[in-house]
Amino acid sequence: MPEVTPISPSLATAAQRRFWRGLDELEGAAPREVPQDVVTFEPPRLARRAFLGVMAASAALAAGGCSRAPLETIVPYRNGPAQDGYGKPVFYASALERDGYAIGVLVETNMGRPTKIEGNPLHPASLGATDIFTQAAVLELWDPDRSTASLRNGAVDTWPRFVTELRERVIAAPDGDGIALLTETVTSPTLHDQIRTFLEGHPRARWHQYQPVNRDNVYDGSRLALGEAVEPVYRFGDAAVIVALDADIVGALPGAVRHARDIAVARRGATRPTIHAAEGSPSLTGALADRRLVIRTGEIAMLADALAAQIGGGESSAAQVGGAAGGAAQGGGAASGAPQVGGAASGVATAALGADARAWLDRVAADLAAHRGRAIVVAGDRQPAGVHARVHAINRALGNDALVATREPVAFDAGNQGDSLRALASDMRAGRVTTLVMLGGNPVYASPRDLDFGGALRKLPWSAHLALHADETSAASTWHVAAAHALESWGDARAFDGTVAIRQPAIAPLYDGHSAHEVVSVLVDGNPRPGHAIVRDFWQRRHPAGFDAFWDASLRDGIVRESAATSRASVLPAPSSAKRSAAPAVAASSALAAVPTAATTSAPPAAIATQATAAPSATTAAPAVRPASDPSSATGAIVVELVLAPDPTLGDGRHANNAWLQELPKPLTTLTWCNAAWISPRFAAAHELANEDIVELRTASATVRAPVWIMPGHADDAVTLHLGHGRTRAGRVGNGVGVDAWPLFDSATRAIVPGVALAKVDGRERLAAAQTHHRMEGRDLVRLVSREEAARCAGSGCTPAREREPTESLYPPFKYDGHRWGMSIDLDACNGCAACTIACQAENNIPVVGRDEVLRGREMHWIRIDRYYEGAPSAPRTLFQPVPCMQCEHAPCEEVCPVEASVHDTEGLNVQVYNRCVGTRFCSNNCPYKVRRFNFLQWVDRETESLKGQRNPNVTVRQRGVMEKCSYCLQRIARARQHAQTTGEPIADGDVVTACQAVCPTRAIRFGDLQDAQSDVVRARTSPRHYALLGELNTRPRTTYLARIAAKTEPKS
Amino acid sequence: MAAPPISRDIGVLHAGWGYASIGDKIADIVLTRPAHWGWRAAFVGTALATAIFLAAMAYLFIRGIGIWGVNIPVAWGFAIANCVWWIGIGHAGTFISAILLLLRQRWRTSINRFAEAMTLFAAGMAGLFPVLHLGRPWFLYWIAPYPNRMDLWPQWRSPLVWDFFAIGTYIVVSFLFWYMGLLPDLATLRDRAASRWKKIVFGLGALGWTGEARDWKRHRSAYLLIAGLATPLVVSVHSVVSLDFAIGNTPGYHSTIFPPYFVAGALFSGFAMVLTLAIPLRRVFRLYDFITEVHLDHAAKVMLATGTLLAYGYLAEIFTAFYSGDRFEIAMTVDRWVGAYAPVYWSMMFCNVVCPQILWFRKARRSAVLLFFLSLVVNLGMWMERVTIVVQSLHRDFMPSAWGIYIPTVWDWIFLIGSICCFAWLFLLFIRVLPSISISEMRALARESVEEKR
Amino acid sequence: MTAPRLYGLLAEFATADELIAAARRVHDAGYVRVEAYTPFDVDGLAEALGFRHDSVAFFTFCGALVGGLGGYFMQWYAAAIDYPIDVAGRPFNSWPMFMPVTFELAVLGGAIAAVLAMLLASGLPRLRHPIADAPDFELATRNRFFLCLRSDEAGFDRDAAERLLDELKPMRRAEVLR
Repeated sequence: MPEVTPISPSLATAAQRRFWRGLDELEGAAPREVPQDVVTFEPPRLARRAFLGVMAASAALAAGGCSRAPLETIVPYRNGPAQDGYGKPVFYASALERDGYAIGVLVETNMGRPTKIEGNPLHPASLGATDIFTQAAVLELWDPDRSTASLRNGAVDTWPRFVTELRERVIAAPDGDGIALLTETVTSPTLHDQIRTFLEGHPRARWHQYQPVNRDNVYDGSRLALGEAVEPVYRFGDAAVIVALDADIVGALPGAVRHARDIAVARRGATRPTIHAAEGSPSLTGALADRRLVIRTGEIAMLADALAAQIGGGESSAAQVGGAAGGAAQGGGAASGAPQVGGAASGVATAALGADARAWLDRVAADLAAHRGRAIVVAGDRQPAGVHARVHAINRALGNDALVATREPVAFDAGNQGDSLRALASDMRAGRVTTLVMLGGNPVYASPRDLDFGGALRKLPWSAHLALHADETSAASTWHVAAAHALESWGDARAFDGTVAIRQPAIAPLYDGHSAHEVVSVLVDGNPRPGHAIVRDFWQRRHPAGFDAFWDASLRDGIVRESAATSRASVLPAPSSAKRSAAPAVAASSALAAVPTAATTSAPPAAIATQATAAPSATTAAPAVRPASDPSSATGAIVVELVLAPDPTLGDGRHANNAWLQELPKPLTTLTWCNAAWISPRFAAAHELANEDIVELRTASATVRAPVWIMPGHADDAVTLHLGHGRTRAGRVGNGVGVDAWPLFDSATRAIVPGVALAKVDGRERLAAAQTHHRMEGRDLVRLVSREEAARCAGSGCTPAREREPTESLYPPFKYDGHRWGMSIDLDACNGCAACTIACQAENNIPVVGRDEVLRGREMHWIRIDRYYEGAPSAPRTLFQPVPCMQCEHAPCEEVCPVEASVHDTEGLNVQVYNRCVGTRFCSNNCPYKVRRFNFLQWVDRETESLKGQRNPNVTVRQRGVMEKCSYCLQRIARARQHAQTTGEPIADGDVVTACQAVCPTRAIRFGDLQDAQSDVVRARTSPRHYALLGELNTRPRTTYLARIAAKTEPKS
Repeated sequence: MAAPPISRDIGVLHAGWGYASIGDKIADIVLTRPAHWGWRAAFVGTALATAIFLAAMAYLFIRGIGIWGVNIPVAWGFAIANCVWWIGIGHAGTFISAILLLLRQRWRTSINRFAEAMTLFAAGMAGLFPVLHLGRPWFLYWIAPYPNRMDLWPQWRSPLVWDFFAIGTYIVVSFLFWYMGLLPDLATLRDRAASRWKKIVFGLGALGWTGEARDWKRHRSAYLLIAGLATPLVVSVHSVVSLDFAIGNTPGYHSTIFPPYFVAGALFSGFAMVLTLAIPLRRVFRLYDFITEVHLDHAAKVMLATGTLLAYGYLAEIFTAFYSGDRFEIAMTVDRWVGAYAPVYWSMMFCNVVCPQILWFRKARRSAVLLFFLSLVVNLGMWMERVTIVVQSLHRDFMPSAWGIYIPTVWDWIFLIGSICCFAWLFLLFIRVLPSISISEMRALARESVEEKR
Repeated sequence: MTAPRLYGLLAEFATADELIAAARRVHDAGYVRVEAYTPFDVDGLAEALGFRHDSVAFFTFCGALVGGLGGYFMQWYAAAIDYPIDVAGRPFNSWPMFMPVTFELAVLGGAIAAVLAMLLASGLPRLRHPIADAPDFELATRNRFFLCLRSDEAGFDRDAAERLLDELKPMRRAEVLR
């Protein structure tokens, strides 16, 4: 059965082609291509140099600053065929960060403008795919609200003046007394090296790290279990059983994109891994899981204890597990914390659990026992350290070490960031900080409000904040220093497995922006150096020998070879085409291994103390939130457990001003332009709450009002509210959108807040959901095939999913002598991450319409992720279905168009001719899939200059009154065709990759020529799971689906 | 030497009318009679409303149709519903003039003229909305049958192109028909008008008609022939309009019963509108002798018949949905009953099916007041039927993920009311500048009345 | 100055029946270019004048034929010859879909032809007609019926004509000048 091949072939070949070329180049072998390659990419290279010169010069002049334009060379990525000459996009390998963790990307630039982000097939965190944030980065670059100049107390000021002031303050405090540096999670070797140099020169200066979405619990947990902070790196590809304890493996965990890929590949394989998930607030991983337990997030701790108790059955193993953890904990110098985390509490925990939880436990324990050494247990980042310690112990007890590699933390000097920020705040309040330099982040908004960081910041004599936008923190600081965007500046960053990627700019800074490296260079020796020099010099020190080749290769491939090594454990081998990309080695990283200085380490004992108490506190908190034992429920206030999670599309709020992410329907809810308090259907019924009702959530310190969203599969007596909304200084897009949940975020309780009082208050707020109906109404849309059926039919010709497709027609079929493009979407692979939707938006100049228009049902996304629920609302099965245009052979839309704006082209594509459309909208009425989108008003911003820079020059920008829809990325087909015509070599399978296909982490989308019997898409169509959506309507769709494989253990509804 | 005949009461024409008095009575409404205060008030009011209507159009063209409530999935809203509603109303006129003429129905004589005018104005309103509803109305000419931009022709398979031709033809033919009937009367006005400029205007309009016997004969043949052509045309126009929906695959659109059932609905609403106009007309201008209870009675009977056909149509739709066993059809039907637009559906049923039943009673059929209000109710009901078909069918079709709701904005209402006022304004204008009853045919009728009583 | 030439002799009647009788008389008397004017369409009058059949129907038929055939040809030429495009996988010449337009254009052609035939055959539109200046003639569109013996009749003899008209006992007799 074709889709059992480890990776979808078309992309494999595509990736391999790129990869081998790159490698030939790297190894200095002289393959045929080389001369041609040189010829083909010199011109753009020169063009880049010239262009950057001009840009840098103008920027410099605008800044009235430095004397001459720096000469910086960036190197294009070797991106297969069509990349020769002007008018064609040029790709540059680079890296973007999500919460500090790098994902390798290829930046597509058109005539010098970054217009699109693709994944870097060579990068282990990407393998060619990306997440939604990476896709949206290009809009962030062109965001008109970005600050174009530095501000001093709100007045426009210059970078040189800032440099002078900072230099003076550093000189004034030679030992660094009173100087504090606040960064987010630092995974950049260069930046860490700079900071370390600075701290060595100024021993009394302090470096604090705080990232709102951090891994404190993970590191503290490993300190408890293993005595030192480690970064677990999972090999889901080889696992037979995966147990996710409130862990969104494919959605949120660092390396989520790679995890999704590994799991998808494994699921296509012969031995399909079983995924067990236990969670309180639904996640993509939960939707993917074969068995999902609904349990309050706070009770996961008990679940972990109970699971540990059951592994190997009874106290003996529990003791052994405890021993494992405890022994490690002694190493960590926190023996006090160990016993609780050990087996002691297990019996109690098991008793306290509900019946379904115990059933789930038994099943999971049995599965784990049956697959010792081939299972992975993962705890979510928000779970207290105790749970992580417990999970370490479980994995160890099961002998899963082979699959759960541990390495020194990807983040440098990985202390407890929560404590680090608290320490900084108290220092500030105590007047021990006179100079505060904040590199990125937005602590005034995104930090525990009980710290009142903003208040402390305003009291400081001098503070500076480096940021893209003049945000809440900038407003409270003396200086706002305009930052250069990641696509504008040099840098480097480590991926979840430690692989280092050099971040090269794809364009010179649009405005007077500067990078963290440049600011720190001022701290180090008082004079700013260009980021290029800083990064290059750092790596030259690392690789003195043959540096030029090393540098060129690193820039070209987008990864630093042999950098992924860890101090201890095996590294992640790539099951895919990029196998070589993460080749293990030691030299580089041992050189990189950070030696924490006393000053920079935030005290671990304190951290462990809090965590050790955190675990039991979570456990004991659990019973308190049961309504039975809830005294105040009579008084109208209901006591619930509150989970504060980063927003699925806005993260911790840093993306609030990104219109694409605001309008991207959030996975699972399809909500846009808002956040809402998730509650379970049963809870809603019990307390007469309906969607869009307003509830008041009260903690000891704060009160927040938020609209309600009833979330099937959510835990009862619990509320999930997403952070990142209600920004006040995000920009024109993000200001005042949604509810600011940070006030509820307390540095003690943090993400999981027990005993929150919930009360319904008057009023309603309309929530802009892209999809308003969530049942399939018994219609045959998302098909399910039991694992058994699929397996049985793999060999024999039986076809469980395929219906007899209509073949008879009054009309003779059209003959296509050229290509017949088609697409196949594997519903078993799709995990609903929505990356395709936003990638399509970036590629095809799709406008955003705003909250009100979404409420009117006018969102414009060309590919939408339909989401259906099946089964009991309390614990439903969640089904995803990406729906682009079906490109029907008998397209109902074409028949009714009065002006031939919707017709077939010579390759049988169902094309929409924008400049012919008069806008009758009959086509949309007649489209059974409702995939057509109409410009009811002038959506596209035709005024704002910077936004024009982002647009894809190869895609028409649509006017008001015009219908539009998915075109199978016609412009990419055209590019391949032109290349084929110029080179004379025919288009091969995999030469045309649509935007949605390229970005898909799970390779669920396949695209190719239906005429070519060998093409990947044709082979997908031979699968027994293949079916056409609404095929009975005889529309003959070219986009078809592969049924989802549903474990038969789940109840069919 | 015999005296000129004086009419006798034959129901559709009361006694005591001669050639001259008939002509004078009708012509003087146009020529001499001072404007009724009610007429003045109505005229000014509707004129203002029409101005607002035009202003709204300007705004629509500037901003785009997004000012309406339309969306995906409900891409068609009031605009199309109004169009279908108006074209339906526009059917009665030609039906009366053409089909009743061929059927030699004498009661058509005194109502056909203003019914035809009504048809023209209604068809005009109907023709307006498809243009307004376009995303880019300035490219309307791309539907015209010639190789226009980029040498592209219209796409002949599209029902919208059929509409263009059907409605266009209907408007042209209706106008010709109406104007031919007007010729002799314009001559009458020309010869009776006092002021010179009236003579000139009506004279030009009359094209030099003298009433010569041969002209009369040709006039009659042409009139009958066009009636013969208009009869299938009337049926075809609303059938084609119904194909806009029936050709589509959307549940609630895709139905073979649509053509006949749309035509029935058209006549139903058309006759309702005829009554809406006739009853005030005869009252204001004291035309009781020309527009008699018999006319009201007959019109009511037609309404009853077409209303019953319509009811059958509703019934057949429901039956077919369940008989077909088509999951989507059934879901759509049930949604009509209990869904978001159920109130509209049930009020439609009340207006179109329940209310007309009173017409089984002769007294009701002859009570002008009752008929007047019933006619309003029926037109309301028919409008709601169009909305149900257009909106309700679309808002929940095949993919539940794409289901949506259409909520009309204030602009939707402005365009509906604006078109009604514009229609009323045109009609008010008409009854003051042209004979709203056919003079020559009434004279012929008077002669007949005398002869048959002999 | 030349005296205005005679157009014809006009007799005025009060009722249609008298006019029809008169028409029969003069027609039997051999007058063929007789004109009768009535305020409404009087059945049998034209026949009484010997006007049997008109050509409107024929032209209407031709118009309908041209409209229909032309309509179909236009669609076929546009869709199959001039600019064939694959639309919804339908054949270029999808004749069933071409029927509605064909029909509508047939009706349109017929109707226009009918009107034109009627107008042109009757010499309309016409700005002036000599008979309009005849006394009382404005009543021809009100309640009077007129019979006109034209002077350009072959072998027209004014005295005989006047005698003939007087025998018909018209309300009055007048002469129509050209």
